[in-house]
Amino acid sequence: MKIGVCLKQVPATDSAIKINADATGIVTDDVKWIVNPYDEFALEAALQLKEAGQASEVVVLSMGAADSEARIKDGLARGAGSAVRLHDDAFAGSDSLGIARVIAAACKKAEIGLLLCGRQAIDTDNWQVPAMVAELLGWGQVSAISTLALEGETVTATRAAGSGSSHLVQTRVPAVLTCDKGLNTPRFATLKGIMMAKRKKIACWGAADLGLDGGVGAAGAHVTVSGYAPPAARPAGRVIDGDSPAAKAQELVRLLREEAKVI
Amino acid sequence: MGSGILVFAESDGGQVKKTAFELLTKARELAGALGGGVSAVLIGGGDTAGLAAHGADTVYTVAGDAYGNYTTGAFTRALQTVIGQADPAVVLGAASPVGKDLLPRLAARLDAGLGTECTALDVVDGQLVGTRPVYAGKATVTVTISSSPAVYSVRPNSFSISAGAGAGSVVAVDVALGADDVLTQVVEVKASSSAVADLTEAERIVSGGRSLKSEENFQRVIVPLAQSLGATPGASRAAVDAGYAPHSWQVGQTGKVVNPELYIAAGISGAIQHLAGMRTSKVIVAINKDAEAPIFQHASYGIVDDLFDVCPALTEAFGAALGD
Repeated sequence: MKIGVCLKQVPATDSAIKINADATGIVTDDVKWIVNPYDEFALEAALQLKEAGQASEVVVLSMGAADSEARIKDGLARGAGSAVRLHDDAFAGSDSLGIARVIAAACKKAEIGLLLCGRQAIDTDNWQVPAMVAELLGWGQVSAISTLALEGETVTATRAAGSGSSHLVQTRVPAVLTCDKGLNTPRFATLKGIMMAKRKKIACWGAADLGLDGGVGAAGAHVTVSGYAPPAARPAGRVIDGDSPAAKAQELVRLLREEAKVI
Repeated sequence: MGSGILVFAESDGGQVKKTAFELLTKARELAGALGGGVSAVLIGGGDTAGLAAHGADTVYTVAGDAYGNYTTGAFTRALQTVIGQADPAVVLGAASPVGKDLLPRLAARLDAGLGTECTALDVVDGQLVGTRPVYAGKATVTVTISSSPAVYSVRPNSFSISAGAGAGSVVAVDVALGADDVLTQVVEVKASSSAVADLTEAERIVSGGRSLKSEENFQRVIVPLAQSLGATPGASRAAVDAGYAPHSWQVGQTGKVVNPELYIAAGISGAIQHLAGMRTSKVIVAINKDAEAPIFQHASYGIVDDLFDVCPALTEAFGAALGD
């Protein structure tokens, strides 16, 4: 069984985000790019399954322009066997469902039996594509998993269930799983891995390769995203004075009750 | 084209969750501008009268053994069936663990657009517009959806709740589940180990940073302060990575995004990735002995002092103020 891992290039978590002049996106000039942190947990889980003899190959699937190839190489350097970049002018402006159609088609073409993704990409924070891929393929899905075991065709995983509780659930491959922090500790690339990754070719598949005709790109999108803006400014706060920690604590409690009215 | 707004009301152990009332209150306001009625769907049981009292004209109910625990396949089929019957223009749900798993699958099945985890919904020129944080709150965008229905999920605690009676007629819907709808089984439910709300739903949070220096200090300083307020304990990434607190406590861009009424940050400097996870909190209190810590620029109230002195004093003061 081949395991697919979705990998997305995103701005680093410590990046400041600046809005561009016409509010259609962010300024990317000074952005440091990283692999989406949740995708690292997905890749690590896939590599561990491969090392346990439960997968024949780990295939990185990544949608993006040529400038994202450094991130794909990072995935290869950590141990993925091959990688496909999914790119076509026809994909530009896709909403999540359009992106899911591209990835679902790529899963079929690459004969993926288990797709591992991050629970969310930390740029758009949409939490949409993996579940949409699962629906398009008719596969089971488990979201935001913190444990994973594969025995034969049975996947057993823990997911958050709200109100602080969790569910241990089972599904069968083929399936889509999204990975949460805590599932594992991602490995770093080794020097040998980096050298090997340099020599590997990254395939690039477009709409024609994937047999996609419509349903992708801006024309196929139901969702329009616009009006990028900085977050609303918070009103200025104040520092609480007092002779002692106890006096400051008393004053804070008074303010929270009488001024902010939150206790 | 459908009309009206359908709210997916989550319930937990037969108890309708607070988010359902937040969504219904907002749905009433939006329906006034968009036209059409407000309905709710309750899958697996719960109090329909409460939904009516917050504005549902119709409450669709789906009952059966398949809905005792949430599973993606059964709930997707149930919601799809109700939508087929109710034909709403807009479907609203909570951006909860269930909503984040269910709504994208539903949207794909309906060939519909989805706007995730909105913090505002408004009607502009007759069209529904969602506002949502991106880059973990370092920016916001507006989202419009051309499909019918349009599906939006909403961050818990984004909207206030007010009562407003709806007609509340109850319509039981029969859902035919096929083998394809049973893709996952819940084999074990692990109940929350704490009595407090999950971070993502909490109204009060007390978080600690690396300055706590040890897991023992988290238990000794942060946990009692949280308990004095009925708050949920949280932590910064630095504290989690140092092993002082579990992953499930992490607030920030690679942890949980929270939206409480009151957020108390003790010994947290305010790294950009932490601020991203808590900046929509209504009131932020920062306790840090470093007056230059970036967290103070975002705090409603700041105390510049040693957290090991302030937190116990605060625990006592909250206990005295809230215990009466």
